Amino acid sequence: MKKFLSVFMAGVMACGMLTACSGNSDSQTEGKVLYIGGSGPLTGDYATYGTSVKQGAELAMEEINAAGGVNGYTVYVKVEDDQADPLQAVSAYASLMDDGMNVSLGGTTSGACIAVSEEAYKDGLLMLTPSGSQKECTQYDNGFRVCFQDPDQGKYAAKFIKDNNVGSKVAILYEKSNDYSVGIYENFAATAEEVGLEVVTTQAFTDQSNQDFSVQLQAVKNSGADLLFMPFYAQQAAYVLTQADSMGLDVVFFGVDGMDGILEKIGRENQHLTEGVMLLTPFAASSTEENVVSFVNRYKSKYNAVPDQFAADAYDAVYAIVEAFKTAGVETDDETFNEKMIAAMTQITVEGVTGTMQWTAEGEPNKEASAVVIKDGAYVTYQDYTA
Amino acid sequence: MNFLSNLISGLSLGSIYALIALGYTMVYGIAKMLNFAHGDIIMVGAFTCVVFITNMGMHPAVGVLASVVVCVVVGVLVERIAYKPLRSAPPLSVLITAIGVSYFLQSLAQLIFGTNQKSFPKFISLSPITIGQLTIKGESVVTMAVTVVIMAALTLFISKTRMGKAMRAVSEDKQAAELMGISVNRTITITFAIGSALASVAGSFYGLTYGFVGPYSGSMPGIKAFVAAVFGGIGSIPGAMLGGILLGVIENMAKAYISTELSDAIVFGVLIAVLLVKPTGLLGKKTNEKV
Repeated sequence: MKKFLSVFMAGVMACGMLTACSGNSDSQTEGKVLYIGGSGPLTGDYATYGTSVKQGAELAMEEINAAGGVNGYTVYVKVEDDQADPLQAVSAYASLMDDGMNVSLGGTTSGACIAVSEEAYKDGLLMLTPSGSQKECTQYDNGFRVCFQDPDQGKYAAKFIKDNNVGSKVAILYEKSNDYSVGIYENFAATAEEVGLEVVTTQAFTDQSNQDFSVQLQAVKNSGADLLFMPFYAQQAAYVLTQADSMGLDVVFFGVDGMDGILEKIGRENQHLTEGVMLLTPFAASSTEENVVSFVNRYKSKYNAVPDQFAADAYDAVYAIVEAFKTAGVETDDETFNEKMIAAMTQITVEGVTGTMQWTAEGEPNKEASAVVIKDGAYVTYQDYTA
Repeated sequence: MNFLSNLISGLSLGSIYALIALGYTMVYGIAKMLNFAHGDIIMVGAFTCVVFITNMGMHPAVGVLASVVVCVVVGVLVERIAYKPLRSAPPLSVLITAIGVSYFLQSLAQLIFGTNQKSFPKFISLSPITIGQLTIKGESVVTMAVTVVIMAALTLFISKTRMGKAMRAVSEDKQAAELMGISVNRTITITFAIGSALASVAGSFYGLTYGFVGPYSGSMPGIKAFVAAVFGGIGSIPGAMLGGILLGVIENMAKAYISTELSDAIVFGVLIAVLLVKPTGLLGKKTNEKV
């Protein structure tokens, strides 16, 4: 039995080496290559995130290469599996570096991305994460991101509500025991005051009492609010929608990216409760913008799935890196490559599928936030919904 | 008006606690054990409702009755398999077994239904009643009405029937009851059956109120109901009813007027205060240990 096992293990290892080799030769097939590497959970509980990032990034790679590459280079994208684990993300990063990576896509999930950002900082590499939303993901000068930073969503949400006149009397319900929720709430409240959006009541809950919202919703009802801002995750949002319905609370429910997934959580038989629910997101697959439509169609025909936020972020990330590479006009083996790439990031403008972006030196994208509205169990962009 | 609304939702929450607390207190009174798996019977009840009504398309009334039957079977099986062999074991062993059963039920539910919350069929769909500024949830009214009926029926059963008499006798003195020809084992089994049936009803109301059920849905209401039982005086049936309802009202009032984050701390604080003044709970009787 032992002998069988050792033979088996040897076989597995040989296979592993073979695939590793083939990966190598793949990346150095023809001429000069701009190697973009990243990692994300391709297996495990969060596999949908990593898979979307991988598919979005690879679609961008194919399009760029089909259009003749950039500065005489072909683009090569490789996304490794890290199971959303910081340790595995760091080892994926190391193996990509050994493989000759020029620019890092960081990690897909925030925890993994923070770990990778430490390594990329040591190496001086440009890192542009599609979806690492925690503040610390871009703490170093070389770190940039495509998605919004968590707390910034509060700012954008308040502005969006004010600018589009979605509501005039706003109630807030947030989770006091969760940094994500508190961060967004604080920014929302501050911006609301700035832009003159009236907040009529602020209610909170904790992870110990996250099922029964009768008291908070009663207070919202009595405050006469016409919009409830809910910066927390989909499961709690599902509770809120159900309980609000049974007490006859009639307001606009407005969430942020954490509320993505509400349709699955609330279940088909309660789908009617989500009608008219809004959430802030820079990407909506149903958008009628030309570049989004063509991205969605190509993604659909290639992967037989509708692209989500993560796929769109990764798609834009690859295009942004290519744009920076064009602007920097530097060879990958140049000593100043990293430096020039990082400098170029703050100079470029990218018209991506998640909006038109420019980057601050802090690594934050400067783009318009938009909102989607749920209609008959599907996301519709706010512009299309009201039109 | 706000006060009244919160009072009513507190009463409705308290009714659910009271239904569960009855199971704790009856089992404690008769078998002298703390059945910590009792909370998970609520979860079993709510899940079986989902299976019968949503998945198998049964009529809601039939589905709820069927879930009561399933819970009674589960409760009695748990008693037979896990607790009966330990009848003469030290109380600590029984307590630990009960915790084990609780984990077993939670893990089993996770295996069968997954870790996600399942949405609960809204089989009683009443529009909220609005009187002026006051809104009362339809579910609250049904929950309170059914709880009152169940409590009245249970009180009659305990005080008027032969079985109820036997239960009171066993709770007073097991050996003496046995000498009088009462089957202690049968009495304990029936106690578990009644407790589980009540938990199943509580599970249905829990699902109706919150709309979702998950493998851990029973644990927090279970703990709160245990507190309610101790609060009212464990072993006392009117105590469990009073304790449950008071606990629900205090919890909602604390949330509405003091702090939503501190409501649990306030609830448990009140419990400590009451126990300091009245160690047997509100309606508990002081028993003198004969040495």
